[in-house]
Amino acid sequence: MTVATLSLQGIACLRGGRLLFTGLDLDLAAGGCAQIAGPNGVGKSSLLRIVAGLLRPYAGTVRREGTVALTDELDALDRERTVRAALAFWARMDEAPPHAIDAALEDLGITHLAEIPVRMLSTGQRKRAALARTLAGGAPIWLLDEPANGLDAQAAATLGAIVERHQARGGIVLSASHTPLAWEQDVTLHLNASAYDIAEDDGAESTGGLAGTGSTSA
Amino acid sequence: MIGTLILRDLGRAFRSGGAWMPLAFLLLIAALFPFAVGPNATLLSQTGGGLLWIAALLASLMPIDRLIEPDRESGVIDQLVLRAHGEGTILLAKQVAHWLSFGPPLLIAALPAGALLRLEGDVLGTVMLGLLLGTPGLAALAILVAALTAGLRGSSALTGLLVLPLAVPILIFGAGALHFGGGSALKLVAACSLLLCVIAPIAGGAALRAGRE
Repeated sequence: MTVATLSLQGIACLRGGRLLFTGLDLDLAAGGCAQIAGPNGVGKSSLLRIVAGLLRPYAGTVRREGTVALTDELDALDRERTVRAALAFWARMDEAPPHAIDAALEDLGITHLAEIPVRMLSTGQRKRAALARTLAGGAPIWLLDEPANGLDAQAAATLGAIVERHQARGGIVLSASHTPLAWEQDVTLHLNASAYDIAEDDGAESTGGLAGTGSTSA
Repeated sequence: MIGTLILRDLGRAFRSGGAWMPLAFLLLIAALFPFAVGPNATLLSQTGGGLLWIAALLASLMPIDRLIEPDRESGVIDQLVLRAHGEGTILLAKQVAHWLSFGPPLLIAALPAGALLRLEGDVLGTVMLGLLLGTPGLAALAILVAALTAGLRGSSALTGLLVLPLAVPILIFGAGALHFGGGSALKLVAACSLLLCVIAPIAGGAALRAGRE
Protein backbone atom coordinates (compact mmCIF):
# COMPACT_ATOMS: atom_id res chain seq x y z
CA MET A 1 0.00 0.00 0.00
CA THR A 2 1.45 3.38 -1.00
CA VAL A 3 1.60 6.07 1.65
CA ALA A 4 -1.84 7.62 1.57
CA THR A 5 -2.54 11.29 2.22
CA LEU A 6 -5.63 13.40 1.91
CA SER A 7 -5.58 17.17 1.83
CA LEU A 8 -8.49 19.57 1.40
CA GLN A 9 -7.86 23.27 0.96
CA GLY A 10 -10.47 25.99 1.06
CA ILE A 11 -13.30 23.72 -0.05
CA ALA A 12 -16.64 25.41 -0.66
CA CYS A 13 -19.77 23.53 -1.65
CA LEU A 14 -22.67 24.97 -3.62
CA ARG A 15 -25.83 22.88 -3.86
CA GLY A 16 -29.02 24.08 -5.48
CA GLY A 17 -28.01 27.75 -5.24
CA ARG A 18 -27.15 27.44 -1.54
CA LEU A 19 -23.61 27.77 -0.29
CA LEU A 20 -23.40 24.96 2.26
CA PHE A 21 -19.92 25.61 3.61
CA THR A 22 -16.80 27.54 2.63
CA GLY A 23 -13.12 27.66 3.48
CA LEU A 24 -12.94 24.10 4.71
CA ASP A 25 -9.42 22.75 5.30
CA LEU A 26 -8.41 19.27 6.34
CA ASP A 27 -5.12 17.39 6.28
CA LEU A 28 -4.93 13.69 6.99
CA ALA A 29 -1.67 11.74 6.84
CA ALA A 30 -1.41 7.95 6.68
CA GLY A 31 -3.24 6.45 9.64
CA GLY A 32 -5.34 9.58 10.05
CA CYS A 33 -8.99 9.50 10.94
CA ALA A 34 -11.57 12.29 10.89
CA GLN A 35 -15.28 12.69 11.43
CA ILE A 36 -17.47 15.27 9.77
CA ALA A 37 -20.19 16.15 12.26
CA GLY A 38 -23.22 18.39 12.04
CA PRO A 39 -26.98 18.35 11.69
CA ASN A 40 -28.87 16.94 8.70
CA GLY A 41 -28.60 18.80 5.41
CA VAL A 42 -25.47 20.68 6.34
CA GLY A 43 -23.42 19.12 3.53
CA LYS A 44 -21.68 16.15 5.16
CA SER A 45 -22.49 13.75 2.34
CA SER A 46 -21.73 16.41 -0.27
CA LEU A 47 -18.28 16.87 1.29
CA LEU A 48 -17.62 13.14 1.06
CA ARG A 49 -18.73 13.15 -2.57
CA ILE A 50 -16.40 16.09 -3.25
CA VAL A 51 -13.50 14.17 -1.68
CA ALA A 52 -14.45 11.11 -3.73
CA GLY A 53 -14.40 13.20 -6.90
CA LEU A 54 -18.09 12.68 -7.63
CA LEU A 55 -18.95 16.35 -7.11
CA ARG A 56 -16.92 19.35 -8.16
CA PRO A 57 -16.16 21.72 -5.28
CA TYR A 58 -17.41 25.27 -5.83
CA ALA A 59 -13.97 26.47 -4.70
CA GLY A 60 -10.82 24.90 -3.31
CA THR A 61 -8.78 21.83 -4.13
CA VAL A 62 -8.75 18.19 -3.09
CA ARG A 63 -5.43 16.36 -3.17
CA ARG A 64 -5.35 12.62 -2.69
CA GLU A 65 -2.58 10.06 -2.69
CA GLY A 66 -4.06 6.61 -2.97
CA THR A 67 -7.38 5.26 -4.18
CA VAL A 68 -10.65 5.90 -2.38
CA ALA A 69 -13.53 3.64 -1.44
CA LEU A 70 -16.92 5.12 -0.62
CA THR A 71 -19.65 3.51 1.43
CA ASP A 72 -22.81 5.59 1.38
CA GLU A 73 -26.52 4.89 1.61
CA LEU A 74 -26.47 3.34 -1.88
CA ASP A 75 -25.11 -0.20 -1.62
CA ALA A 76 -24.46 -0.63 -5.38
CA LEU A 77 -24.91 -4.38 -5.06
CA ASP A 78 -26.95 -6.29 -7.65
CA ARG A 79 -30.14 -7.15 -5.80
CA GLU A 80 -30.89 -10.39 -7.61
CA ARG A 81 -27.42 -11.87 -7.07
CA THR A 82 -25.98 -13.47 -3.95
CA VAL A 83 -23.88 -11.36 -1.61
CA ARG A 84 -20.76 -13.23 -2.68
CA ALA A 85 -21.46 -12.84 -6.42
CA ALA A 86 -22.32 -9.14 -6.06
CA LEU A 87 -19.11 -8.52 -4.10
CA ALA A 88 -17.10 -10.64 -6.56
CA PHE A 89 -17.99 -8.21 -9.35
CA TRP A 90 -16.56 -5.31 -7.37
CA ALA A 91 -13.51 -7.35 -6.32
CA ARG A 92 -12.79 -7.94 -10.01
CA MET A 93 -13.22 -4.23 -10.72
CA ASP A 94 -10.86 -3.43 -7.82
CA GLU A 95 -8.43 -6.15 -8.92
CA ALA A 96 -8.62 -7.51 -5.39
CA PRO A 97 -7.43 -11.07 -4.66
CA PRO A 98 -10.27 -13.65 -4.59
CA HIS A 99 -9.82 -14.45 -0.90
CA ALA A 100 -10.36 -10.77 0.02
CA ILE A 101 -14.14 -11.25 -0.14
CA ASP A 102 -14.17 -14.16 2.29
CA ALA A 103 -11.86 -12.27 4.64
CA ALA A 104 -14.07 -9.16 4.50
CA LEU A 105 -17.26 -11.19 5.05
CA GLU A 106 -15.67 -12.88 8.05
CA ASP A 107 -14.39 -9.59 9.51
CA LEU A 108 -17.90 -8.14 9.35
CA GLY A 109 -19.48 -11.33 10.66
CA ILE A 110 -21.68 -11.98 7.63
CA THR A 111 -20.07 -15.16 6.27
CA HIS A 112 -23.42 -16.90 6.78
CA LEU A 113 -25.07 -14.43 4.37
CA ALA A 114 -22.67 -15.09 1.48
CA GLU A 115 -25.11 -17.23 -0.51
CA ILE A 116 -28.22 -15.15 0.24
CA PRO A 117 -29.54 -12.85 -2.52
CA VAL A 118 -28.88 -9.18 -1.76
CA ARG A 119 -32.59 -8.32 -2.01
CA MET A 120 -33.33 -10.56 1.02
CA LEU A 121 -30.97 -8.68 3.33
CA SER A 122 -32.12 -6.36 6.12
CA THR A 123 -30.95 -2.74 6.26
CA GLY A 124 -28.12 -3.48 8.66
CA GLN A 125 -27.03 -6.59 6.78
CA ARG A 126 -26.99 -4.65 3.52
CA LYS A 127 -24.89 -1.95 5.16
CA ARG A 128 -22.43 -4.58 6.31
CA ALA A 129 -22.30 -6.07 2.80
CA ALA A 130 -21.56 -2.60 1.38
CA LEU A 131 -18.82 -2.15 3.99
CA ALA A 132 -17.42 -5.53 2.92
CA ARG A 133 -16.93 -4.11 -0.57
CA THR A 134 -14.89 -1.23 0.84
CA LEU A 135 -12.94 -3.63 3.02
CA ALA A 136 -12.22 -6.12 0.22
CA GLY A 137 -11.33 -3.46 -2.33
CA GLY A 138 -8.03 -2.65 -0.63
CA ALA A 139 -8.25 1.14 -1.16
CA PRO A 140 -6.21 3.08 1.43
CA ILE A 141 -8.68 5.96 1.81
CA TRP A 142 -12.12 5.06 3.17
CA LEU A 143 -15.02 7.47 2.97
CA LEU A 144 -17.87 6.29 5.18
CA ASP A 145 -21.20 8.10 5.03
CA GLU A 146 -23.21 7.47 8.20
CA PRO A 147 -21.39 4.15 8.76
CA ALA A 148 -23.29 3.37 11.95
CA ASN A 149 -26.73 3.72 10.35
CA GLY A 150 -28.65 0.47 10.60
CA LEU A 151 -25.87 -1.33 12.48
CA ASP A 152 -26.58 -2.91 15.88
CA ALA A 153 -24.25 -2.21 18.81
CA GLN A 154 -22.17 -5.30 18.20
CA ALA A 155 -21.74 -4.61 14.48
CA ALA A 156 -20.82 -0.99 15.25
CA ALA A 157 -18.11 -2.21 17.65
CA THR A 158 -16.85 -4.66 15.01
CA LEU A 159 -16.67 -1.82 12.50
CA GLY A 160 -14.72 0.23 15.06
CA ALA A 161 -12.15 -2.54 15.37
CA ILE A 162 -11.89 -2.87 11.58
CA VAL A 163 -11.38 0.89 11.19
CA GLU A 164 -8.65 0.91 13.84
CA ARG A 165 -6.91 -1.99 12.12
CA HIS A 166 -7.12 -0.12 8.78
CA GLN A 167 -5.56 2.96 10.42
CA ALA A 168 -2.79 0.85 11.95
CA ARG A 169 -1.94 -0.31 8.41
CA GLY A 170 -1.61 3.28 7.26
CA GLY A 171 -5.12 3.75 5.94
CA ILE A 172 -7.14 6.95 6.14
CA VAL A 173 -10.76 7.01 7.29
CA LEU A 174 -13.04 10.00 6.78
CA SER A 175 -16.55 9.47 8.09
CA ALA A 176 -19.62 11.64 8.05
CA SER A 177 -21.99 11.09 10.94
CA HIS A 178 -24.32 13.17 13.06
CA THR A 179 -23.78 10.83 16.00
CA PRO A 180 -20.47 9.96 17.75
CA LEU A 181 -18.76 6.91 16.25
CA ALA A 182 -17.34 3.83 17.92
CA TRP A 183 -13.72 4.73 17.20
CA GLU A 184 -11.36 7.52 18.22
CA GLN A 185 -11.20 10.51 15.85
CA ASP A 186 -7.99 12.50 15.27
CA VAL A 187 -10.01 15.45 14.03
CA THR A 188 -13.70 16.34 14.19
CA LEU A 189 -14.96 18.83 11.64
CA HIS A 190 -18.14 20.57 12.76
CA LEU A 191 -20.24 21.87 9.92
CA ASN A 192 -22.69 24.52 11.08
CA ALA A 193 -26.16 25.00 9.71
CA SER A 194 -25.41 28.56 8.64
CA ALA A 195 -25.99 28.05 4.96
CA TYR A 196 -27.16 31.11 3.14
CA ASP A 197 -28.75 31.73 -0.20
CA ILE A 198 -26.33 33.31 -2.62
CA ALA A 199 -29.07 33.78 -5.17
CA GLU A 200 -30.45 36.58 -2.98
CA ASP A 201 -27.12 38.18 -2.18
CA ASP A 202 -24.70 38.83 -5.03
CA GLY A 203 -22.01 39.95 -2.59
CA ALA A 204 -21.92 36.59 -0.85
CA GLU A 205 -19.69 35.02 -3.45
CA SER A 206 -16.85 37.44 -2.75
CA THR A 207 -17.19 37.33 1.03
CA GLY A 208 -17.84 33.58 1.05
CA GLY A 209 -14.19 32.71 1.50
CA LEU A 210 -14.12 34.59 4.78
CA ALA A 211 -17.18 32.96 6.25
CA GLY A 212 -15.28 29.87 7.36
CA THR A 213 -18.19 27.85 8.63
CA GLY A 214 -16.08 24.74 8.94
CA SER A 215 -14.20 24.58 12.25
CA THR A 216 -11.90 21.91 13.54
CA SER A 217 -11.24 20.60 16.98
CA ALA A 218 -8.69 18.01 17.94
CA MET B 1 -12.13 -4.00 -16.51
CA ILE B 2 -14.43 -3.08 -19.35
CA GLY B 3 -14.82 -6.78 -20.14
CA THR B 4 -15.96 -7.43 -16.55
CA LEU B 5 -18.51 -4.67 -16.89
CA ILE B 6 -19.83 -6.01 -20.21
CA LEU B 7 -20.14 -9.53 -18.77
CA ARG B 8 -22.00 -8.23 -15.72
CA ASP B 9 -24.49 -6.25 -17.81
CA LEU B 10 -24.97 -9.16 -20.18
CA GLY B 11 -25.55 -11.50 -17.25
CA ARG B 12 -28.10 -9.10 -15.81
CA ALA B 13 -29.95 -8.82 -19.13
CA PHE B 14 -30.29 -12.59 -19.51
CA ARG B 15 -30.99 -13.36 -15.85
CA SER B 16 -33.79 -10.80 -15.64
CA GLY B 17 -35.36 -12.48 -18.69
CA GLY B 18 -35.41 -9.09 -20.38
CA ALA B 19 -33.11 -10.26 -23.15
CA TRP B 20 -35.67 -12.76 -24.40
CA MET B 21 -38.38 -10.11 -24.74
CA PRO B 22 -37.18 -8.57 -28.05
CA LEU B 23 -36.93 -12.06 -29.54
CA ALA B 24 -40.42 -13.03 -28.43
CA PHE B 25 -41.72 -9.64 -29.56
CA LEU B 26 -40.34 -10.04 -33.10
CA LEU B 27 -41.76 -13.55 -33.46
CA LEU B 28 -45.10 -12.46 -32.05
CA ILE B 29 -45.42 -9.62 -34.56
CA ALA B 30 -44.39 -11.89 -37.44
CA ALA B 31 -46.90 -14.51 -36.31
CA LEU B 32 -49.78 -12.07 -35.84
CA PHE B 33 -49.28 -9.99 -38.99
CA PRO B 34 -50.55 -12.67 -41.46
CA PHE B 35 -53.69 -13.03 -39.31
CA ALA B 36 -54.29 -9.29 -39.53
CA VAL B 37 -53.73 -8.73 -43.27
CA GLY B 38 -54.66 -12.18 -44.56
CA PRO B 39 -52.51 -15.00 -45.91
CA ASN B 40 -51.86 -13.35 -49.27
CA ALA B 41 -48.26 -14.40 -50.04
CA THR B 42 -47.56 -11.49 -52.42
CA LEU B 43 -48.77 -8.89 -49.93
CA LEU B 44 -46.85 -10.51 -47.08
CA SER B 45 -43.59 -10.74 -48.96
CA GLN B 46 -43.88 -7.11 -50.08
CA THR B 47 -44.56 -5.67 -46.62
CA GLY B 48 -42.77 -8.27 -44.47
CA GLY B 49 -39.29 -6.77 -44.73
CA GLY B 50 -40.43 -3.34 -43.54
CA LEU B 51 -42.43 -4.97 -40.77
CA LEU B 52 -39.35 -6.80 -39.53
CA TRP B 53 -37.49 -3.50 -39.40
CA ILE B 54 -40.24 -1.82 -37.35
CA ALA B 55 -40.37 -4.80 -35.00
CA ALA B 56 -36.58 -4.77 -34.60
CA LEU B 57 -36.56 -1.05 -33.86
CA LEU B 58 -39.29 -1.32 -31.24
CA ALA B 59 -37.67 -4.43 -29.77
CA SER B 60 -34.37 -2.59 -29.26
CA LEU B 61 -36.17 0.11 -27.29
CA MET B 62 -38.08 -2.20 -24.97
CA PRO B 63 -35.46 -2.51 -22.21
CA ILE B 64 -34.56 1.22 -22.28
CA ASP B 65 -35.68 1.93 -18.70
CA ARG B 66 -33.60 -0.98 -17.40
CA LEU B 67 -30.35 0.06 -19.09
CA ILE B 68 -29.05 2.94 -16.95
CA GLU B 69 -31.58 4.01 -14.33
CA PRO B 70 -31.31 0.99 -11.97
CA ASP B 71 -27.52 1.36 -11.89
CA ARG B 72 -27.76 5.09 -11.27
CA GLU B 73 -30.31 4.61 -8.52
CA SER B 74 -28.38 1.86 -6.72
CA GLY B 75 -25.09 3.76 -6.84
CA VAL B 76 -23.29 1.42 -9.27
CA ILE B 77 -22.48 4.31 -11.63
CA ASP B 78 -21.10 6.34 -8.69
CA GLN B 79 -18.92 3.45 -7.62
CA LEU B 80 -17.59 2.97 -11.16
CA VAL B 81 -16.81 6.68 -11.55
CA LEU B 82 -15.06 6.52 -8.18
CA ARG B 83 -12.76 3.87 -9.63
CA ALA B 84 -11.70 6.36 -12.30
CA HIS B 85 -13.81 4.85 -15.08
CA GLY B 86 -15.09 7.68 -17.26
CA GLU B 87 -18.81 7.88 -17.94
CA GLY B 88 -18.05 7.40 -21.64
CA THR B 89 -16.27 4.11 -20.96
CA ILE B 90 -19.11 2.91 -18.74
CA LEU B 91 -21.66 3.73 -21.43
CA LEU B 92 -19.56 2.11 -24.15
CA ALA B 93 -19.50 -1.10 -22.10
CA LYS B 94 -23.26 -0.88 -21.60
CA GLN B 95 -23.72 -0.25 -25.32
CA VAL B 96 -21.76 -3.38 -26.26
CA ALA B 97 -23.61 -5.43 -23.63
CA HIS B 98 -27.00 -4.13 -24.80
CA TRP B 99 -26.21 -4.97 -28.42
CA LEU B 100 -25.00 -8.46 -27.48
CA SER B 101 -28.18 -9.03 -25.50
CA PHE B 102 -30.59 -8.18 -28.31
CA GLY B 103 -28.69 -8.01 -31.64
CA PRO B 104 -27.72 -11.67 -32.17
CA PRO B 105 -31.02 -13.04 -30.73
CA LEU B 106 -32.91 -10.69 -33.05
CA LEU B 107 -30.94 -11.89 -36.08
CA ILE B 108 -31.70 -15.49 -35.16
CA ALA B 109 -35.38 -14.67 -34.64
CA ALA B 110 -35.45 -12.97 -38.06
CA LEU B 111 -35.07 -16.37 -39.75
CA PRO B 112 -38.35 -17.94 -38.53
CA ALA B 113 -40.02 -14.52 -38.73
CA GLY B 114 -38.97 -14.27 -42.37
CA ALA B 115 -40.50 -17.68 -43.03
CA LEU B 116 -43.77 -16.65 -41.34
CA LEU B 117 -43.90 -13.55 -43.55
CA ARG B 118 -43.09 -15.53 -46.73
CA LEU B 119 -39.99 -13.45 -47.47
CA GLU B 120 -37.83 -14.42 -50.47
CA GLY B 121 -34.36 -15.64 -49.60
CA ASP B 122 -32.54 -12.60 -51.01
CA VAL B 123 -34.95 -10.16 -49.32
CA LEU B 124 -34.42 -11.92 -45.99
CA GLY B 125 -30.67 -11.74 -46.62
CA THR B 126 -30.88 -7.98 -47.17
CA VAL B 127 -33.01 -7.56 -44.03
CA MET B 128 -30.53 -9.53 -41.94
CA LEU B 129 -27.52 -7.69 -43.33
CA GLY B 130 -29.31 -4.41 -42.67
CA LEU B 131 -30.17 -5.48 -39.12
CA LEU B 132 -26.56 -6.53 -38.52
CA LEU B 133 -25.42 -3.05 -39.58
CA GLY B 134 -28.29 -1.13 -38.00
CA THR B 135 -28.75 -2.79 -34.60
CA PRO B 136 -25.46 -1.44 -33.14
CA GLY B 137 -26.80 2.03 -33.91
CA LEU B 138 -30.15 1.19 -32.30
CA ALA B 139 -28.32 -0.13 -29.23
CA ALA B 140 -26.31 3.11 -29.05
CA LEU B 141 -29.49 5.16 -29.39
CA ALA B 142 -31.16 3.22 -26.58
CA ILE B 143 -28.15 3.83 -24.32
CA LEU B 144 -28.05 7.52 -25.24
CA VAL B 145 -31.73 8.06 -24.46
CA ALA B 146 -31.51 5.95 -21.30
CA ALA B 147 -28.62 8.13 -20.10
CA LEU B 148 -30.44 11.35 -20.99
CA THR B 149 -33.60 10.36 -19.14
CA ALA B 150 -31.95 8.62 -16.15
CA GLY B 151 -33.27 10.09 -12.93
CA LEU B 152 -36.24 11.81 -14.52
CA ARG B 153 -39.72 11.07 -13.24
CA GLY B 154 -42.14 9.66 -15.80
CA SER B 155 -39.44 9.44 -18.43
CA SER B 156 -41.10 6.82 -20.63
CA ALA B 157 -43.12 9.33 -22.66
CA LEU B 158 -40.02 11.44 -23.15
CA THR B 159 -38.08 8.35 -24.19
CA GLY B 160 -40.36 7.78 -27.17
CA LEU B 161 -40.16 11.41 -28.24
CA LEU B 162 -36.36 11.41 -28.11
CA VAL B 163 -35.85 8.06 -29.79
CA LEU B 164 -38.16 8.26 -32.77
CA PRO B 165 -36.62 11.14 -34.76
CA LEU B 166 -33.13 9.73 -34.25
CA ALA B 167 -34.16 6.19 -35.19
CA VAL B 168 -36.01 7.22 -38.35
CA PRO B 169 -32.91 7.48 -40.62
CA ILE B 170 -31.83 3.92 -39.83
CA LEU B 171 -35.38 2.72 -40.47
CA ILE B 172 -35.68 4.60 -43.78
CA PHE B 173 -32.38 3.37 -45.18
CA GLY B 174 -32.79 -0.12 -43.74
CA ALA B 175 -36.26 -0.61 -45.23
CA GLY B 176 -35.21 1.32 -48.35
CA ALA B 177 -32.48 -1.23 -49.01
CA LEU B 178 -35.23 -3.81 -49.63
CA HIS B 179 -36.61 -1.89 -52.61
CA PHE B 180 -33.41 -0.62 -54.14
CA GLY B 181 -31.44 -3.80 -53.80
CA GLY B 182 -29.15 -2.96 -50.88
CA GLY B 183 -25.84 -1.37 -51.82
CA SER B 184 -25.88 2.33 -51.14
CA ALA B 185 -28.84 2.19 -48.73
CA LEU B 186 -27.02 -0.34 -46.56
CA LYS B 187 -23.95 1.89 -46.58
CA LEU B 188 -26.12 4.72 -45.28
CA VAL B 189 -27.50 2.41 -42.56
CA ALA B 190 -23.93 1.66 -41.56
CA ALA B 191 -23.07 5.38 -41.58
CA CYS B 192 -26.04 6.30 -39.34
CA SER B 193 -25.20 3.40 -37.08
CA LEU B 194 -21.55 4.42 -36.79
CA LEU B 195 -22.49 8.01 -36.03
CA LEU B 196 -24.83 6.97 -33.21
CA CYS B 197 -22.24 4.52 -31.83
CA VAL B 198 -19.71 7.33 -31.52
CA ILE B 199 -22.06 10.04 -30.26
CA ALA B 200 -23.89 7.96 -27.64
CA PRO B 201 -21.05 7.40 -25.12
CA ILE B 202 -19.90 11.02 -25.40
CA ALA B 203 -23.30 12.72 -25.17
CA GLY B 204 -24.70 10.18 -22.71
CA GLY B 205 -21.59 10.52 -20.54
CA ALA B 206 -22.05 14.28 -20.42
CA ALA B 207 -25.69 13.76 -19.42
CA LEU B 208 -24.71 11.41 -16.59
CA ARG B 209 -22.08 13.88 -15.35
CA ALA B 210 -24.56 16.74 -15.42
CA GLY B 211 -27.15 14.60 -13.64
CA ARG B 212 -24.78 13.93 -10.76
CA GLU B 213 -24.16 17.60 -9.96
